[in-house]
Amino acid sequence: MSLILERRESPSTLVNFLVPVLSILLALLLGALIIKLSGFNPEVAYREMLSGAFGSWYAISETMVKAIPLMLCALGVGFAFRTVLWNIGAEGQLYMGAWAAGWVALSFPHGQSWWLIPLMMLAGFLAGALWGLIPGILKASLNVSEIITSLLLNYVAILWVDYFVYGPWKDPKGYGFPFTPFFGEGAWLPTFFGTRVHLGIIFALVAAVIIYFLLKSTRLGYEIRVIGENPQAARYAGMNIFRTIIVVFLVSGGLAGLAGMAEVSGVIHRLQHAISPGYGYTAIIIAWLSRLNPLVTLLVSILFGGLLVGGFSVRSIGLSESLVYVIQGIILFLLLAGDLLTRYRFSWRKNAG
Amino acid sequence: MNWDIVIATLSATIKAGTPLLLATLGEILAERAGILNLGLEGMMLVGALSGFIICFLTSNPWIGLLVASISGAIIALIHAVLTITLRANQVVSGLAVTLFGTGLSGFLGKMVIGVPIAHYFTPIGIPGLERIPFLGPIFFNQDPLVYLSYLLVFFIAFWIYQTRPGLHLRAVGENPAAADTLGVNVYGIRYLYTLIGGALAGMAGSYLSLAYTPVWIENMTAGRGWIAIALVIFATWDPFKALLGSYLFGLVDAVQFRLQAVGVAVPSFFLNMTPYLATIIVLIFATTETARRRIGAPAALGSPYEREEKS
Repeated sequence: MSLILERRESPSTLVNFLVPVLSILLALLLGALIIKLSGFNPEVAYREMLSGAFGSWYAISETMVKAIPLMLCALGVGFAFRTVLWNIGAEGQLYMGAWAAGWVALSFPHGQSWWLIPLMMLAGFLAGALWGLIPGILKASLNVSEIITSLLLNYVAILWVDYFVYGPWKDPKGYGFPFTPFFGEGAWLPTFFGTRVHLGIIFALVAAVIIYFLLKSTRLGYEIRVIGENPQAARYAGMNIFRTIIVVFLVSGGLAGLAGMAEVSGVIHRLQHAISPGYGYTAIIIAWLSRLNPLVTLLVSILFGGLLVGGFSVRSIGLSESLVYVIQGIILFLLLAGDLLTRYRFSWRKNAG
Repeated sequence: MNWDIVIATLSATIKAGTPLLLATLGEILAERAGILNLGLEGMMLVGALSGFIICFLTSNPWIGLLVASISGAIIALIHAVLTITLRANQVVSGLAVTLFGTGLSGFLGKMVIGVPIAHYFTPIGIPGLERIPFLGPIFFNQDPLVYLSYLLVFFIAFWIYQTRPGLHLRAVGENPAAADTLGVNVYGIRYLYTLIGGALAGMAGSYLSLAYTPVWIENMTAGRGWIAIALVIFATWDPFKALLGSYLFGLVDAVQFRLQAVGVAVPSFFLNMTPYLATIIVLIFATTETARRRIGAPAALGSPYEREEKS
């Protein structure tokens, strides 16, 4: 008898659900080990994280604030994954969206919100979409690896924003700190119930629903699914792969751009150095963890928002917030290992001869 | 024209190109075996930090270098287990390596931020060769790691093209099923070269923290791992072209640095963008050129090998 791996005919729903859940739990356990090895008490650290992220209404609202950009970025990244396109550039697209929205806001310091906010949304979406279009066009026309180009453009976008906040747009009354003056109040997204949770959450919900139906019941969605699953068949069926790649990158980048707009308009109320603590990278994990399902993406984003907020609160006991990224990396490792179980099953087989 | 400035810039070119060269060589070996490892950035950061900490504790950069290579290989082992044994998606696994390595180095590196080290790699002229006019001070008045990288280029090229194990390596990357039939251990070879790739990435990282700027700075690789991945395509998986490409980027780095030093009118933010933009431009040309001349990637790159079970 020997233990072998056998391909599953169809993925099991139970395993599909259990693998991500167990990955997260096991990653937290391994994280505890790392905390212990670095000389801290994991129980104290996790209690701190949990209460920081979900322990009170205020904590939950802060978790939601962090979840908003994660939702928008992860929806965009997951949308591209559907066509087996790797948009690793959500971080840069977010920065470009924030920059364009900031430009509009600073140009109209006395603007009325009923027209200024839609204009900022448009600018943010377009800037992110155009930034995503660069790797998209290069991939579609010349087959240049979109992984490398989209990632490298992140560095360029961050430097681009830095140029403005350290240079021409710097607040003259900001004691030399790298940020612009505050936007006029007309450029602030409305918030709910006295918390910092802003209208961006509605953007994310609407985007999730649109993507869900786009994938499920439109021709574009059908083509995206076919191209993702079997590009050869798509080509034989005469589908326009070039156009689909372009559309996917525009939407994917646009959503990340909108995340950047929502972040500066809803939370920070100005442009500054380091707008994002890596939302665009975390989004990749979220998209993968939620099996590329737009509605699950929303829930997983809340969890990761909590992880980020919890990460900030462990600083109070002297731990570095980078711990969160270590745990995120481990989650992804375990998820990949667990994927084997969704595609294969273990079974015993008699040895022949 | 001031020759001293030219020589200084070209000497800085070699220094800036060396971490790229080491990482690119490692990735060439892994990809030749069919394993795409997008985790270079993460492995480099872990190497940079571990090398730095060990050098701080032992005051010996060589031990730092050794530990950096080992830790790079350990991180690469995670990628190897996931992609070779568990047949996971190589792209996602590589990204996970980068996220993990970035996080881990940031987490553990907090305690050594701003700590100076007394001993690190410094230039040592090679007697005789350093006296060659013009070339001497550029190529032969460098630190020992630069000399090591020269040797590695020749050795790896010889290994890939002229030896039997090199033939097996290429076979595994091009046609693993055929290599398997001939009795080559496909899984073993893939593990081996993924680990060597990780060790070289760790070494590349420690070059940054033990020679280039001997301090620990969070995210000090600044995208060099990704530039190296692009360089592999530019080099068409060839060690000598990797050397050429790395120094080309070293030149971009050295020139923009010098322009900043003399205070040209272009803001430093735009000069800092040049390596990334140059990489994208080079990648476009390299991709179209390799497609035109049909010298593509190793045929089995990125796909897991699944042995046909006889029943």
